[in-house]
Amino acid sequence: MLKIDNLHVKLEEEDKQILKGLSLEVPAGQVHAIMGPNGSGKSTLSYVLSGRDGYEVTEGDASLDGESLLEMEPEERAAAGLFLAFQYPVEIPGVGNMTFLRTAVNAQRKARGEEELSSAEFLKIVREKAKELQISPEMLKRPVNMGFSGGEKKRNEILQMAMLEPRMCIMDETDSGLDVDAMRLVSEGVNALRSPDRSFLVITHYQRLLNHIQPDVVHIMSNGRIIKSGGPELALEVEENGYGDLLAEAD
Amino acid sequence: MTEAAVKTKDEVTPQVSGAPKAADALEARLAALPLPKGGWSADARSEALARLRDMGLPGPRDEYWRFTDPRPFNAPEAKPLPIADGASPLFTSRDKLTLVFVDGVFDAAASDDLSLEGVEISTLKGTHDDADHWAKGLYGALETAGQKPAARPFAALNTAAAQDGLLIRVTGTPSKPIHVLHRRGSDDADVVWHHVIRVEEGAEATLLETGTVGARSNGVIEADLAKGARLHMIAAKRAADPKIGISHIFARVDEGAAIKSFVLSVNGNVMRNEAIIDMVGDDAVAHVAAAVLGDQNVGPFHHDDTVFITHGALRGESRQVFKKVLKNGATGVFQGKILVKPGAQKTDGYQISQALLLDERSQFLAKPELEIYADDVACSHGSTTGAIDEDALFYFRSRGIPRERAIVFLVLSFLADALEEVEDEGLRDEINERLDAWLTDRPQI
Ligand SMILES: Nc1ncnc2c1ncn2[C@@H]1O[C@H](COP(=O)(O)OP(=O)(O)OP(=O)(O)O)[C@@H](O)[C@H]1O
Ligand SMILES: [Mg+2]
Repeated sequence: MLKIDNLHVKLEEEDKQILKGLSLEVPAGQVHAIMGPNGSGKSTLSYVLSGRDGYEVTEGDASLDGESLLEMEPEERAAAGLFLAFQYPVEIPGVGNMTFLRTAVNAQRKARGEEELSSAEFLKIVREKAKELQISPEMLKRPVNMGFSGGEKKRNEILQMAMLEPRMCIMDETDSGLDVDAMRLVSEGVNALRSPDRSFLVITHYQRLLNHIQPDVVHIMSNGRIIKSGGPELALEVEENGYGDLLAEAD
Repeated sequence: MTEAAVKTKDEVTPQVSGAPKAADALEARLAALPLPKGGWSADARSEALARLRDMGLPGPRDEYWRFTDPRPFNAPEAKPLPIADGASPLFTSRDKLTLVFVDGVFDAAASDDLSLEGVEISTLKGTHDDADHWAKGLYGALETAGQKPAARPFAALNTAAAQDGLLIRVTGTPSKPIHVLHRRGSDDADVVWHHVIRVEEGAEATLLETGTVGARSNGVIEADLAKGARLHMIAAKRAADPKIGISHIFARVDEGAAIKSFVLSVNGNVMRNEAIIDMVGDDAVAHVAAAVLGDQNVGPFHHDDTVFITHGALRGESRQVFKKVLKNGATGVFQGKILVKPGAQKTDGYQISQALLLDERSQFLAKPELEIYADDVACSHGSTTGAIDEDALFYFRSRGIPRERAIVFLVLSFLADALEEVEDEGLRDEINERLDAWLTDRPQI
């Protein structure tokens, strides 16, 4: 599904190389996790994949279902089925959460040539999914992420993901800032979405999330590259010993 | 050669008050206007003319005109401007008393009947020959009071030359808003209109104003609010017509009374809107707000809001909320002042002026001022200029919302605080829809 091949990325404004030949492949139906020290380029990877400005791809490629993502606008990538749950969800004053969600859902449907949802249909679905994630009707009415707590913002990201039904979900530290119960809610939300034709790339610092969302593969990222890939046991190893040995091994 | 003769013409002409050339310019300006004679307003008009001759027209060096070139208003003739096709009705969701003005002159045949319970309405032109009128003591009086400390020559000119306008005396709570609908007749009409509004004790009314007044317009509203009176004014200028205009609101707000004014201004040409509000009674409230959108691809755009709020009594609350979205080299200006007089304790004064620049060629010039002579007050002011928030834009796009649509959302979100000043939710929604339509380039506006 997602194929990243020898990706090199530098900042547009500065001469700073962040991704230095990163390769990985997430087949359909699988969950892959990325762990790695702060500053290793995990968020940068997620931004580059979803099309944020400010980065320059100097070498390599990234494709979704065989189609290169790099030439596409962010909204085209979204319509193609890519979704990023942000590490730091953005607050947007003056735009209602519900309006935002409905506009997004219908924009994607329109881009794919599908019929737009009526308000009644949309309301029914959003209420149901919000309830599962324990997002109150009052929060749905508020401006996007305004006054939401850290954990509420993360749950709101998962609500968006559930509504948009993307095929390739990238989650950047969705677990940070979640309390134990919220972690369970979010994981249930994610697990409910798991299917043979949907894949996940889960960026996390903690093994705990991976107890709830069982990954097929764990990648260790350092200094702009994947330095090691393995099964779920790799996450346990990091949890116990930190990155020291793995980094030394890679050197 | 005298010293003056070596200077360039521009430097000498307009600024020397009383100099022959400035006086000539004023006389030329006046000669092009039909000045109504006689009638109940005669004294007020001749006094205004004397005031105007005393102050002269503003020159480019005039401090109060530092950011806006007064020449389009000084010119004797109005420049012809094309009239856009089609009507674009606004506030259609509301039952209202619609009064039509064509090139600034009341059109009775096109208007609703003037009778409405709780309000007494007549027109300046229609009552001109009456021996007396309730508005006699007010016409030009609030304008005169508002000439200090800064001179507002175009308002004096207006009082002297106004062709028509409404005289509204609110005695109760009319069941529907009064709607002034301006239409253009000829492409070079130079319109001078003047409303006088008196809201009696405890009375309340809403005044809506839509359409385009003329190729050039000079408008004055004098609003006198008695104790506990409330006046809501919502003006939504039509986007389709180019226009040159200056307007002044002069308001006197007595004890416990509240005036709220909101202006939506979309495109246009050169506009200057001044609000001069005198809070004379305790616990008075004054809110003035504007949402302005200017795209210079549609035509030249220069929009100036100049506000002067005087707190002269206890516990007054004033709010100024001005938001301007500027595109393709458009210019926005804001000059706003809060003056708190000695003894006006517990004043709560708030002022915010913000511009959203959609490109690097647009500019916002702001001069926020506070002048406070009381010690127990809470006054704040802020002014910001910014661009579209790239993080927010990316957030929208990452959810599949196309860039253009996302920008519309962000612009509406930027303007939201100004629109909040429209208390009536239905009217606010209509304004929002109109803005949305303009931003997404739907042509009907
Ligand atoms: N716009 C930028 N300007 C300057 N440096 C940047 C920019 N974006 C990323 N970087 C740098 O690139 C490196 C990778 O950052 P990134 O946010 O991708 O790391 P991360 O792996 O997500 O870290 P964390 O675990 O702390 O979230 C860091 O050193 C960061 O400072
Ligand atoms: Mg990160």
